[in-house]
Amino acid sequence: MSEPTVPGGRILEGKRILVTGVLTDSSFAFHTARLAQLAGATVVVTGFGRMSLVERIAKRLPHEAPVLELDVQDDTHLDSLAERVGEHVDGLDGVVHSIAFAPTTALGGAFLDTTFDDVSTAMQVSAYSLKSLTTATLPLMPSGGSVVGMDFDAQVAWPGYDWMGVAKAGLEATTRYLAKYLGERHVRVNLVSAGPVKTMAARSIPGFDQFEGVWDERAPLGWDLGDPEPAARGVVALLSDWFPKTTGEIVHVDGGVHAMGA
Amino acid sequence: MASTEEIRTGLAEIVNEITGVPADDVQLDKSFTDDLDIDSLSMVEVVVAAEEKFGVKIPDEEVKNLATVGDAVSYIEKAGS
Ligand SMILES: NC(=O)c1ccc[n+]([C@@H]2O[C@H](COP(=O)([O-])OP(=O)(O)OC[C@H]3O[C@@H](n4cnc5c(N)ncnc54)[C@H](O)[C@@H]3O)[C@@H](O)[C@H]2O)c1
Repeated sequence: MSEPTVPGGRILEGKRILVTGVLTDSSFAFHTARLAQLAGATVVVTGFGRMSLVERIAKRLPHEAPVLELDVQDDTHLDSLAERVGEHVDGLDGVVHSIAFAPTTALGGAFLDTTFDDVSTAMQVSAYSLKSLTTATLPLMPSGGSVVGMDFDAQVAWPGYDWMGVAKAGLEATTRYLAKYLGERHVRVNLVSAGPVKTMAARSIPGFDQFEGVWDERAPLGWDLGDPEPAARGVVALLSDWFPKTTGEIVHVDGGVHAMGA
Repeated sequence: MASTEEIRTGLAEIVNEITGVPADDVQLDKSFTDDLDIDSLSMVEVVVAAEEKFGVKIPDEEVKNLATVGDAVSYIEKAGS
């Protein structure tokens, strides 16, 4: 049986990749896992909370993949992660962080009233967890690897994005510090800054619909809010050996919007 | 193709498995959110399970139009025929 391939070829042949944050079949993580498999990688996925849904979704991948539970707010999950992943692969070449959450009080225009408790949840799950996930998986990357996270441009203020925008700014800075501290171990840490796509996470942001149309209008390459694949391809590229000296970087996969003044 | 009642029964089993709502409560006139108290993530899972069970594709855009069990049953009926 011939298998479907991606236009970029099998650039992850033989690589072992952990993909976190699979929830639905629009999740960036699902498409990253899918394309990574098609590019030749062995993939282990993680999900959070609704594991029965994650299991169902994982069955839609081109190849079967082990599904592990990971709540980045639960230290027992993080502490046991390397061991649990190690039951399926003998090490890792790449780790994808595709996780974000903010309480509703931290989104949608209540910026001035959000309590620090809620801000801290957003920061822990959406920014600090890049560090916790990376250190938790470090024992599996003794000769280096590639860590890739998912960003939404944090240089400007967006309608309703609020404390999630602050968390993304933290994620960007975390990436730079991880790059600094892990360079000597040959671990690269980068982000893909994606344009908006209608995923569960996006739907929970009040005012997300304000992005509709605007993005396509401003993107010189155009933009499809229903298509997570372009950003997932960016992640696969960063996981590959074709960015050997790139770390602490933010690659924009947003149709070009970040570079436009209007 | 399955009859309306067969689809309703199949859907009721799925709803029961995922949410614990008694299968007998899953009647055509019931609203998923207002009557059965199904949250958006459970609804996503119900849709995914229904796609597998009935071999149909229910696009995200369509899901918000499926307010009642009857809406879902007739969508599956049409999509499968
Ligand atoms: N959708 C967009 O428009 C967009 C744009 C740019 C960046 N992003 C980023 O992409 C990443 C993935 O989001 P998505 O859009 O694919 O939506 P999604 O809802 O499919 O994924 C979000 C994931 O975060 C997970 N998560 C939440 N709390 C968690 C916790 N405590 N522990 C572990 N996992 C947890 C959820 O289970 C889910 O799998 C996020 O970092 C998001 O901010 C999204």
